[in-house]
Amino acid sequence: MPLCCPPPLGGVAGTCFKHEHLPAILGEPPQRGFFEVHAENYMGAGGPPHHALERLRRDHALSLHGVCMSIGGPSPVDRDHLARFRALVARYQPTLVSEHLAWSTHATSFFNDLLPLPYTAATLARVCDHVDEVQEAIRRPILLENPATYVTFADSTISETDFLRSVSQRTGCGLLLDVNNVFVSATNHGFAALDYLNDFPLAMVGEIHLAGHAEQRDDDGDVLLIDSHDGPVADAVWKLFELVIARSGPLPTLVEWDSNIPEWQVLKAEAAAAQRILDRAAEGTRHAA
Amino acid sequence: MQPDASFDYAGAFAAGLLVPGAAAPAGVTGPGGRPAGRRYDVYRNNVTVSLLNALAAIYPAVQRITGEAFFREMARSHLRQTPPTSPLLFAYGRDFPSFIEIYPHAAELPWLADVARIERAWLDAYHAADAAPLSPAALSMIPPDRLAEAIFIPHPSTRLVRSTFAAVTIFAANRTTEHTGRIDASTAEDALVVRPEFDVEVRRLPLGGAIFVAGLIAGRPLGEAAAHAFAADPRFDLAANIAGLIEAGAFTSVTSGHP
Repeated sequence: MPLCCPPPLGGVAGTCFKHEHLPAILGEPPQRGFFEVHAENYMGAGGPPHHALERLRRDHALSLHGVCMSIGGPSPVDRDHLARFRALVARYQPTLVSEHLAWSTHATSFFNDLLPLPYTAATLARVCDHVDEVQEAIRRPILLENPATYVTFADSTISETDFLRSVSQRTGCGLLLDVNNVFVSATNHGFAALDYLNDFPLAMVGEIHLAGHAEQRDDDGDVLLIDSHDGPVADAVWKLFELVIARSGPLPTLVEWDSNIPEWQVLKAEAAAAQRILDRAAEGTRHAA
Repeated sequence: MQPDASFDYAGAFAAGLLVPGAAAPAGVTGPGGRPAGRRYDVYRNNVTVSLLNALAAIYPAVQRITGEAFFREMARSHLRQTPPTSPLLFAYGRDFPSFIEIYPHAAELPWLADVARIERAWLDAYHAADAAPLSPAALSMIPPDRLAEAIFIPHPSTRLVRSTFAAVTIFAANRTTEHTGRIDASTAEDALVVRPEFDVEVRRLPLGGAIFVAGLIAGRPLGEAAAHAFAADPRFDLAANIAGLIEAGAFTSVTSGHP
């Protein structure tokens, strides 16, 4: 079964798709932007989730975002899970397909969180094997997302940006740059988000993520940011996003909001704010040309 | 590829994720090599809370009956013993009803496990494959003298949950905001759970109905399933039961019996 890719999205902003928003979305003309769904939520055989996604998909481009492939884990990719993922790609023909540089399954247990990995030559080789396997199964490249992390590994010998660059170069995958994750990790580990972004291979980025985060304190009273997706995008993250877009040019950009989910109009306004930044950048590119 | 010394990172990291108070594994640190401390706890907390929320989403009536604090304590005990084995969270919690049955603090609510079984069946029906239910006219296509041999194909969403308590009434009362009267928990009730189109329906089966449905779901011919139901309860009403099941959408097709 050939899996074809719909045309590229360009610099449009989208939001995650929440079922409670469907009546409001369908009550308006089709959005200019796209919608993103977590693949695992549509891995049931049938029922209301597929019905809702089919209705949304009729008039909107889709981004399929896998959360549980455990690409960053030492264990082999779960073949059943990969088959389900492939079936979703074939059924819904998403414009974008992405997964995480993280793991969530070990031995027989699924932990339902994006867990971190050390960055070494051995883990790099293993991650590349897993990305190859996924891309061969779905017969198209994926975008791999940079994680938000709270700890580091003493064993790491490669920087995260070099690790992601190498995965992209070796496997042909693109990257999903989550700007909120950059800000969260930078704060948590005490590095400059701008330095990370300067090192990030922007030419390989196929999608941007923006989201809200929460603030806690660690044992020493230092700020510890949590990638909570439960509120509006922070001002500092908007500023970083503008800097990224000024350098990369307009890219498909998604606003994530996964708990304490607001009314559709609130989420839509967040996407509109991203769209204004993308449109300004597109305007600037045209004037410079 | 030979794994290097760092390659058991997932096993070491996973070991403390479900163990309260467990320290971060060696080599996992905060900034500048500081102990990870609360930073590792963030992961444990994410795992625990997300799985608690998953169980609460699958078992809302159980949570409403027990109250949130009781539910979260019970669910926390369960998920530490029995974490999910599939990345599909809507498939999680199949062992939770059996856990509730032996959970000492829930001993005063002996019907709670069966309410949970109905909720688990409800979510399975919700995610089951779509299929058009059998139309009432289809049965009239079978000649009367062949009816006893008729075999029914269950709808992919059809589930049967039997209880020696009033589990259906208690389930229904706790999945609605409407006020319900006093419930006699000691009345045995059997539930038929079906999603013929988009809405999951939970119906209380009439006398003998559960044995009848169980027989049909198992592929037994209509006559044999009915005989078992009569044997179990002489008040079993075949016509009313078959009409009720077809109206509920419990089947997708019927054959005259000879394959």
